[in-house]
Amino acid sequence: MELIIFYLAAVVAVGGGLMMIMQRNPVASVLYLIVTLVAIAVMFVQLNAVFVGALLIIVYAGAILVLFLFVIMLLNLRGEKFAEKRTRLDRPTRIILAVAFILELLAMFKQVAFPGRMDELMVQASPDFGGARPVAELLYTKYLFPFELTSILLLVAIVGAVVMARRDEKDKKRGI
Amino acid sequence: MSYYLLLIPLFPLLGFLINGLLLGKLNKKIVSIVACGAVGLSFLWGLKLFFNLLALPADSRIIEEIAFTWIPSGEFNVNVGFLFDPLSAVMVLVVSGVGFLIHLYSIGYMHDDSGYGRYFTYLNLFIFSMLTLVLANNYLLMFVGWEGVGLCSYLLIGFWFEKQTAADAGKKAFIVNRIGDFGFLLGLFIIFWSTGSLNFITVFDKAPQVFAMGAGLITAATLLLFLGATGKSAQIPLYVWLPDAMEGPTPVSALIHAATMVTAGVYMIARSHVLFLMAPTTLMVVAIVGVATALFAATIALTQNDIKRVLAYSTISQLGYMFVACGVAAFSAGIFHLMTHAFFKALLFLGAGSVIHSLSGQQDMRFMGGLKRHMPTTFWTFLVATLAIAGIPGLSGFFSKDEILWKSFSSDYGSIWIWAIGLFTAMLTAFYMFRLLFLTFYGGERMDHHAKEHLHESPKIMTVPLTILGVLAIVGGYIGIPHILGGGNNFEKFLEPVMGNVQHGGEEAMVMASSGQNGGTELMLMGISVVLILASIYLAYVLYVKNIALAGKIRQSLSGLHKILYGKYYVDELYGAVIIRPLIGLSLFLWKIVDVILIDGLLNGLATIIGDISKIMRPVQSGLLRRYTTVFLLGVVLILGYFVFR
Amino acid sequence: MVPMPYYLIVGAVLFVIGIAGVILSRNLIIMFMSIELMLNAANLTIITFSRFLNLMDGHVFVFLIMAVAAAEAAVGLAIIIMLFRNRETIDADKFNLLKW
Repeated sequence: MELIIFYLAAVVAVGGGLMMIMQRNPVASVLYLIVTLVAIAVMFVQLNAVFVGALLIIVYAGAILVLFLFVIMLLNLRGEKFAEKRTRLDRPTRIILAVAFILELLAMFKQVAFPGRMDELMVQASPDFGGARPVAELLYTKYLFPFELTSILLLVAIVGAVVMARRDEKDKKRGI
Repeated sequence: MSYYLLLIPLFPLLGFLINGLLLGKLNKKIVSIVACGAVGLSFLWGLKLFFNLLALPADSRIIEEIAFTWIPSGEFNVNVGFLFDPLSAVMVLVVSGVGFLIHLYSIGYMHDDSGYGRYFTYLNLFIFSMLTLVLANNYLLMFVGWEGVGLCSYLLIGFWFEKQTAADAGKKAFIVNRIGDFGFLLGLFIIFWSTGSLNFITVFDKAPQVFAMGAGLITAATLLLFLGATGKSAQIPLYVWLPDAMEGPTPVSALIHAATMVTAGVYMIARSHVLFLMAPTTLMVVAIVGVATALFAATIALTQNDIKRVLAYSTISQLGYMFVACGVAAFSAGIFHLMTHAFFKALLFLGAGSVIHSLSGQQDMRFMGGLKRHMPTTFWTFLVATLAIAGIPGLSGFFSKDEILWKSFSSDYGSIWIWAIGLFTAMLTAFYMFRLLFLTFYGGERMDHHAKEHLHESPKIMTVPLTILGVLAIVGGYIGIPHILGGGNNFEKFLEPVMGNVQHGGEEAMVMASSGQNGGTELMLMGISVVLILASIYLAYVLYVKNIALAGKIRQSLSGLHKILYGKYYVDELYGAVIIRPLIGLSLFLWKIVDVILIDGLLNGLATIIGDISKIMRPVQSGLLRRYTTVFLLGVVLILGYFVFR
Repeated sequence: MVPMPYYLIVGAVLFVIGIAGVILSRNLIIMFMSIELMLNAANLTIITFSRFLNLMDGHVFVFLIMAVAAAEAAVGLAIIIMLFRNRETIDADKFNLLKW
């Protein structure tokens, strides 16, 4: 049963990812990305990472991708057509490179993981593994400093984003 | 006590600056007042200093004043300093005096020229440069003046630069002079290298210690200086520019190309006589070149029809005389002739200018004639000058020319051959000068009808300088009457502090002359030359006044010779074939083969190669984000591949 | 029980899809989203190892990565807005300023 759910989630995730990069319309891309993220969240839950999985749905799908949608709407992008000017060899070369990369990764896994050595490490998860409470405990004790740093990072990012995206007098004149 | 030598060249410089900077803003009257006033003040100040000089005892008649340090550079130290001794005093008075008269004359001559202000600007600059040249106390400052007069000569020859021939003549003068200047400069290098100084007094003091008498080094140095002199003073082989220089306005020809600038070479040699006396070989070369030039130019002058060209060749010939004087170590005789020549040749040119002016630019003597009636003042002054240059006793040219002839005969460095050629040249001179006089002022009026109506005597502003110069041309010689004729040869005595020990040969001869030993010879030679000169004048009278047909007949019977002389020995053509053509060929070769194919090819080839390489490399730096990412991925794939498939 | 390498393979595949998105798409927003996808592929791998090592530190990392991703998204989208304002396009190939 778990395996079936995993396969389902994996197919949905990979399929969503592929669909995302092949879309012309960014809105559709965003929606496919959400599908992929949901599938990944399912896998998180399977791996006992309940809290992080929930965060993934709430923060990622709920906030960040909505931000993307906002921007797309704001810029009024709808399946823009880009003038084709790249040389003919460009795209195949890149696809070949990407395929080579994934083959290398798989070969690496085969060398390292497939002999089954990793399975032996598999232990029964503790009952509350990945729950909100143990994660929070770690977060506020061992990783308190990085956590606080993150807040500063977010603050800086907000300031930066506001400064950059603000419309100044010149832009107002041009009507954008 | 300060003598303010600086003032002499300063006045013309100020005139130049005023007229030059306010060019086109001043009216003609102010321009002429400024220009003439500047030169006049120079002359007056020079005159005052001259009397100051006379007041000093003869042995201490050297005033040296340093204005400021010009180039202080370690061992090499050059001042802008001025040296006023009898030699430069003579030169200053001649330059500023004759210059002043010619300035006055120019007011009339150039009165309706559109480049009036420019003309006087150049003229003042010239006077400034020339005065710097003759007053300098060191070779380098002299060279500055030397180059300055060359520049002004170029500017004034090409004054009517709209005319192609004038522009070409200017360029020719400049380029030919460069060859001479190059020699001069090399000579200076040798002098500085061996004596460690360029100051006249220091150099002449040290010369006996550093140079061996007649050694190769001093001979080379003096020969190079002489090369400079041949360029500036139009001697063989660099004389070709002077006849063409007649393209300039006539007063310019009078001032620069007859009276002053072209004598700079003579002055320079006289100034450096200490060095030249140490190189007998050079002296011989100087004498031979001088006498050859004198003869050569005189023969050409026989056949020319352009009034100014005859005078130009005559100038070259007379300069040859001065070099003969220098070559036989009779430097003061050379300077004496320089001075008298400045008077009568300036007068001749100004007279010719007056004629040309009245004939509205006609310069060909075949279309003149009979002007005696129309232009009496011009005629009489011209006659005086012609008599003077021909060497008729009683006028200035006689004394100076005879002095030279006598010295070339009697001096240790002279020889009877130089004397003989010099005498022959004197005959030729008398002949062609009277040919010129007769063709211009006597006979029928051969100008066209239109020109005939406009014939007029020149205005006062032009005739007054003519008259003054005429007087000078007569009396200028009396300061140098030789002992034999009862004079004291005061001129030579005056120059003695400069030429001092040089004149020993001459002095002895003079003593002998007065004691009657050689006196007979001198008188006899004088008589011979006077008789021969009178004879050739009579010949000219016969041929060009009484029996013009005979002249034509003679010309026809000697048509081969006439053609060569009329073609000026084809020296220009020879230079064209021997020097200019190969140079053009070489330049073409350097241009088409070396420059275009070799150098450009090399450079362009390099550029092409680099361009090709960068064409290959350029896409790498496309600035495109995705391409960079792709290359990044390529790197990741390769590194990971290395670890995986190792 | 799903074997651990399966998750890793899914993570790797998603990561490469992200890379492909970045190098193949010319749309800046899709490139940006591909980067998000790559981040999440990495997250998946971290969570997998965390589970199999029975350590929850990985969860904290993922949490932090999400925060960084949020910051990055905010700044990145602001940059895109600015680029679009100046050049009226979000075609990555129209921006070749990286060579200076």
